[in-house]
Amino acid sequence: MFYGNYMGEFAEQQGHQGPLMAEAAGVSAPATRIESACASSGVAVRFGYEKIKHGADVVLVGGAERMTNLSTADGTSALAAAADALWEIRAGITFPGAYSLMANRYFHEFGGGREELAHIAVKNHANAVENELAQFQKPIEVDDVLEAVDVCSPFGLFDCSPMSDGAAAAVLVSEEFADEHGLDAPVSITGAGQHTDHLALADRAAIPRAPAAERAGEMAFEDAGIEPDDVDVAEVHDCFTIAEVLALEALGFYEPGEGIGAARDGETTIDGDLPVNLSGGLKAKGHPVGATGCAQLSELTKLLRGDHVNSHAVDDASVGVTHNAGGTVASCVVHVLEVDA
Amino acid sequence: MSDARDDGYDDFLDAVEAGEPYFLEGSEQGWLPPRVVDPVTGEADLEEAPLPETGEVLTHTTTFVAGPSFVDDAPYVVAIAEFGTVRITGQLRGVDPDDVEIGMAVELGVDHTETTGDRVIVFHPA
Repeated sequence: MFYGNYMGEFAEQQGHQGPLMAEAAGVSAPATRIESACASSGVAVRFGYEKIKHGADVVLVGGAERMTNLSTADGTSALAAAADALWEIRAGITFPGAYSLMANRYFHEFGGGREELAHIAVKNHANAVENELAQFQKPIEVDDVLEAVDVCSPFGLFDCSPMSDGAAAAVLVSEEFADEHGLDAPVSITGAGQHTDHLALADRAAIPRAPAAERAGEMAFEDAGIEPDDVDVAEVHDCFTIAEVLALEALGFYEPGEGIGAARDGETTIDGDLPVNLSGGLKAKGHPVGATGCAQLSELTKLLRGDHVNSHAVDDASVGVTHNAGGTVASCVVHVLEVDA
Repeated sequence: MSDARDDGYDDFLDAVEAGEPYFLEGSEQGWLPPRVVDPVTGEADLEEAPLPETGEVLTHTTTFVAGPSFVDDAPYVVAIAEFGTVRITGQLRGVDPDDVEIGMAVELGVDHTETTGDRVIVFHPA
């Protein structure tokens, strides 16, 4: 069992959650907690996938996080611990702050601004309205985003994913095990990739880029034998509105500097060419950080299988991608999912 | 925060306060201490070199919602500034947040936070 959790020590004074969760799930098998900031359970899924590729029959993967018991200040502090403790946190950087640094540099180099970002939040809220697992089933307008209380420039409250409590789990099985046991499992993970970057944003060669996501994407696409153009639907890590832009560009769906208008122009909305975050994304589905990566796979599996409330938007989809990032994309893991025709 | 020193970090702040800031010179870009290995090239021959006196703001943000260690400091400006080949994250002081611009020239310093009194890397307009 691989289990993702980021801030158990902060929120619940509980470390060593691998055995705790194995007990809770009734699993008697080696159980390890994976901590990779907000990419914790995406990495847990990848470890399970790799284990199965190397001969395991069944691996339980997932993640859980409790955040709402902390005050905003303490939650902000706990999340900031995924940044560089000496060179970023001691300068007063917060996670919204770190992504704001990326957003402002992006605007400087490529153009765009708050209104384009607002369309991303509006899109993801709209996608979550009918999703009963979403934290916010409430539509918002562009003006709501633009007029929200300031968090850190250029972000207002609605540019930021919320503090969430949540959990996700998946039982991964080998093709042979599924066949032998007559399991109805039409969706397969066909590719995985993971990469790492400098922990501190300042050390990156280019601030408004995410090289770890670029390389994780390339690895996953090569593993699956696909190209970005083959992807029909994606769940990406929109912890902040700009993060969705950086993800779309890193995965090769857009050239650098060209992804910011995608939601505004309807290209990534539910009826667009590449629907993105039909679950509601981290923004509206919620972002219990250690659970998010596996939750993305859960939502995408249902979307491809046909039993998600938004599956009607991707009737013909056969290939989906998840993108799960930790820190300011110092960690990134990408999975390719494909459904039997 | 305890009185324990953090090697590299506190040494660097001491050097800034003494007017002799330095960085670790790699073949492709500069780094802040402590580092044994250049993370880009893998080479273990990083040499200390004097930091240029003036840097340039690459990006910035004004933080309104802070963590517990900075609640009394908010709102404050965090910036990344480039000094030669090394980039540093710090708080930009001595300028109205609305007047901060990417590309502005800054000097490096060490100040203290309002909330805890701890030392913090700061930039001032050059």
